[in-house]
Amino acid sequence: MTAREESDRRKFILRMARGAGIAALGGFVWSAYVDEVTASQLLLRPPGAIKEEDFLKTCIKCGLCVEACPYDTLLLAKPGDHKPLGTPYFIPRDIPCYMCPDIPCVPVCPTGALDEASVTTDGKLDINIAEMGLAVIDRETCIAFWGIQCDACYRACPILGEAISVEYNKNERTGKHAFLTPVVHADACTGCGLCEKACVTEKPAIFVLPKEVAMGKAGNYYIKGWDKNDEKRLEDATEIKTKTELSKESAVDSLNDEEVLYK
Amino acid sequence: MRTLWNNYRYLFFRRTTQIGLLFLYFGANAWGWTALMGNLSSSSILGIIPLSDPYAVLQMLAAGAVLAVDLVVGALIITIFYFVVGGRAFCSWVCPINLVTDAAAFLRRKIKVDDFAKKQPATRNLRYWVLALSLIISFAMGVAAFEFISPISMLHRGIIFGMGFGWAAVLIIFNFDLLVLKNGWCGHICPLGGFYSLVGKYSLVRVHHTQENCTLCMKCKVVCPEQQVLYMIGKETMPVLSGECTNCARCIEVCDDDALNFSIRDLIKNNKSGE
Repeated sequence: MTAREESDRRKFILRMARGAGIAALGGFVWSAYVDEVTASQLLLRPPGAIKEEDFLKTCIKCGLCVEACPYDTLLLAKPGDHKPLGTPYFIPRDIPCYMCPDIPCVPVCPTGALDEASVTTDGKLDINIAEMGLAVIDRETCIAFWGIQCDACYRACPILGEAISVEYNKNERTGKHAFLTPVVHADACTGCGLCEKACVTEKPAIFVLPKEVAMGKAGNYYIKGWDKNDEKRLEDATEIKTKTELSKESAVDSLNDEEVLYK
Repeated sequence: MRTLWNNYRYLFFRRTTQIGLLFLYFGANAWGWTALMGNLSSSSILGIIPLSDPYAVLQMLAAGAVLAVDLVVGALIITIFYFVVGGRAFCSWVCPINLVTDAAAFLRRKIKVDDFAKKQPATRNLRYWVLALSLIISFAMGVAAFEFISPISMLHRGIIFGMGFGWAAVLIIFNFDLLVLKNGWCGHICPLGGFYSLVGKYSLVRVHHTQENCTLCMKCKVVCPEQQVLYMIGKETMPVLSGECTNCARCIEVCDDDALNFSIRDLIKNNKSGE
């Protein structure tokens, strides 16, 4: 092997190492950035949006849903919005989703990130089964819980009486008045945000959060035995067997064993 | 006037196409036009014909997304179109960043930055590395990685839906091209350009050089954003075969000697010569 060949090979290896180094550096910075910008949880997607993780994969950021929305509800995340760049979302306090019966934003989606099947009942588009989020009430700042009569959210709700109902309670402070307080029902609420828009307090006391954020999860240990639907979860449940090793020693009768007591 | 037209006709057509398309996209969001809705990532003509960015679809595939039929059809239409007219015709005739980098390149020539920055510190193959990296990151992170940082999408979406801080990305690219690296973004880094270089490798519409007419004035090399593709100037009569040629036609219009023209690639002949 001549010295020249050796130096060429050396050069080649060094160049490859340099390339790999730069690629690793760039790759890590790039990955870290992507990880950071896709971490935002607190945003509301258009109706029919698939699970957030899949949505980020599938949405091509074309804005066709935004253009289809007749109320300018939907926005595309701009640099500086601190949302996953280019993806559609809405801010209900500014412009809520008015729940068009023909849901123009969903069928135009070219990628299926907005899934038509998820807002279809019996072959017909049905906005009432959309799950954009869930309205949550802050009982501390909602003036209805102070005893002031207000049913702005209840009246604004497009699924009147089902997604938000009003509960009567005695006002013990005055002894002669009633509390008329709003209650949100998660099974009917679509998260359109009309209640948030209508709320009379300075900062809304009722606001929409993504369902994932707003709700807990009971898990598999708890089943509503009185609810046929919930009991179905038992159908594909498997028995959990725990094995505990039996103690080889015989039990000690500590209470009646005088020797132990009076030692 | 005649020379003016002769020397800038393609530039005029390109700017008309670029700005015209932007205008149609803008009108779709602002005034509800249906001619061309969406943006460069995915669009729809009259709400019937889908168009999709094949590179974005490739990233989605790497990320593990389920691809809808419309999306695949749209990507195929675009791929076939650029396969015919030259892959990087997208870069010089459609892409809005081209307006920015062309402006930077123009200013760079005017203020003679190259007089003190003679050495180009990066290879033009960088874009293929970025392309590969983008697919690896898409696979690893489960999202289309370049789509989250693409200044092309930022600018294009910005023009249609509102800029936000997107102007910062545009400014960075302008300064980078003006002061750091000649043809830095479009000619070295942009993976979309790299992708279309690969698509356009065998495309039909090509610039053709006729050596007998050439007077070696080298005006073409001065204006060309991808000078390496013009290696045959004054040496050999042949088409510009590299996929990195953007078919911008600046070389054709600055040539006063009719040594450069558009041609349809002769596939049979090229097969013989092994190109």
